[in-house]
Amino acid sequence: MKCDLIVVGGGPGGSMAAKTAASAGLNVVMLEKRQEIGDPVRCAEGVSKRALCRMMLPEPEWISSEVKGARIYAPDGKSIVMSEDKSGGEVGYVLERKVFDRGLAMQAAQAGAKILVKTRALGLLRKDGAICGVSGLRIGEPLQIEAPLIIGADGVESKVGRWAGIDTTLKLQDIESCAQFLVQDASIDDEYTEFFLGNSIAPSGYAWSFPKGEKLANIGLGIQGSRSKPGEAMRLLRQFMKTRFPNGKVVEMVVGGDPCSGPIDSAITDGVMLVGDAAHQTDPLTGGGILNAMQAGIIAGEVAAKAITAGNVRRAGLQEYEDRWREDFGKVIARSFQFKEFFVKLTDKDMNQLIGSLAKEDISKMDLPGMLRVLFRLNPKLLWGLKSLII
Amino acid sequence: MLTVNRYKCCYCGACVGVCPTCALELVETWLEVSAECKECGLCTKICPVGALEVKA
Repeated sequence: MKCDLIVVGGGPGGSMAAKTAASAGLNVVMLEKRQEIGDPVRCAEGVSKRALCRMMLPEPEWISSEVKGARIYAPDGKSIVMSEDKSGGEVGYVLERKVFDRGLAMQAAQAGAKILVKTRALGLLRKDGAICGVSGLRIGEPLQIEAPLIIGADGVESKVGRWAGIDTTLKLQDIESCAQFLVQDASIDDEYTEFFLGNSIAPSGYAWSFPKGEKLANIGLGIQGSRSKPGEAMRLLRQFMKTRFPNGKVVEMVVGGDPCSGPIDSAITDGVMLVGDAAHQTDPLTGGGILNAMQAGIIAGEVAAKAITAGNVRRAGLQEYEDRWREDFGKVIARSFQFKEFFVKLTDKDMNQLIGSLAKEDISKMDLPGMLRVLFRLNPKLLWGLKSLII
Repeated sequence: MLTVNRYKCCYCGACVGVCPTCALELVETWLEVSAECKECGLCTKICPVGALEVKA
């Protein structure tokens, strides 16, 4: 089999890359190692409504629910509320990833991309040192696909980058170990995404409730890998459920690792571009990565079409992708990484002080930078280390 | 050696992401361990459900 571009991985990043490149006229093959695209889910499913709608018109069945805003709880139980249109980040829509991922893959197919499911990449093919395709297994049978350009959208367990010489191995402090239940409980707030802070709840991370409508929610938590031990995320989630949602009925279980390293040194090399979790393009503070992966996929698809047309798939021909994703959201995740590095060190007392200091402030009309400036004004000593980021 | 408790594993791939020798591979619901494994134990720490163990 021969084509212009192979996309490894059929998540949102891969599908957007395949769709964009196929729309631009490339002959695209997208490989998905699972037999079903979108399942099992490894995600809390929250996205910014505004950012998604800027990218595309979402199909109604992709959306589980729409929320009014975010409520953030300090370890002592005090909370603040941010409205959806101001809080940005991963607030607004809670998706149904199984349907969403499949919908995006179908858009890629409609644009002309060929999709091979239950097809796993095993390595890169090389000719005279240059990458010239992928070797794999399709439903257990060997398969070789020739293509001058590969997009690795193969997630947190990415291999394409490592095969091509980009070290994407995550250090323990740069990955969150996450566990989540889909829970039905009368006490779930259907209108607000909730975040719970505290070192005994989720050390160097947070717990969340992302409502999916009708008293159903993704309730989970993530902890920094360097503070994790075997089975710790699941143990803490059960503990959290017992204290916060003691009557919750668990109807599904989800686990996963979420990259939070900040931008990698390079997401390209000769003949290869990486998108999404494979390129650690998640926001290190929130852990959200769906929209960044999609945006990266769109840019990579456009650059792929240019590179193939120009006949230059070497690093120089792909540099536009590197420049554009860094300009688009790379700067944001670099900044978030600095915030994360600061926040993971906070004690419960610090977090209580920060949330408590906002009690008398009207933050309902504030955006995140505005709220940070207020926090800084009220807690200069505690937040001094973030001075250059906030002011 | 590194052992995988297949009854616990939820096949999320977090372990694959942290493996410094690229010894792990997630194939649908099956975690493969190759001879490259140096038994460093990083994967056991990140596993959200405690399915991995380095046994003497």
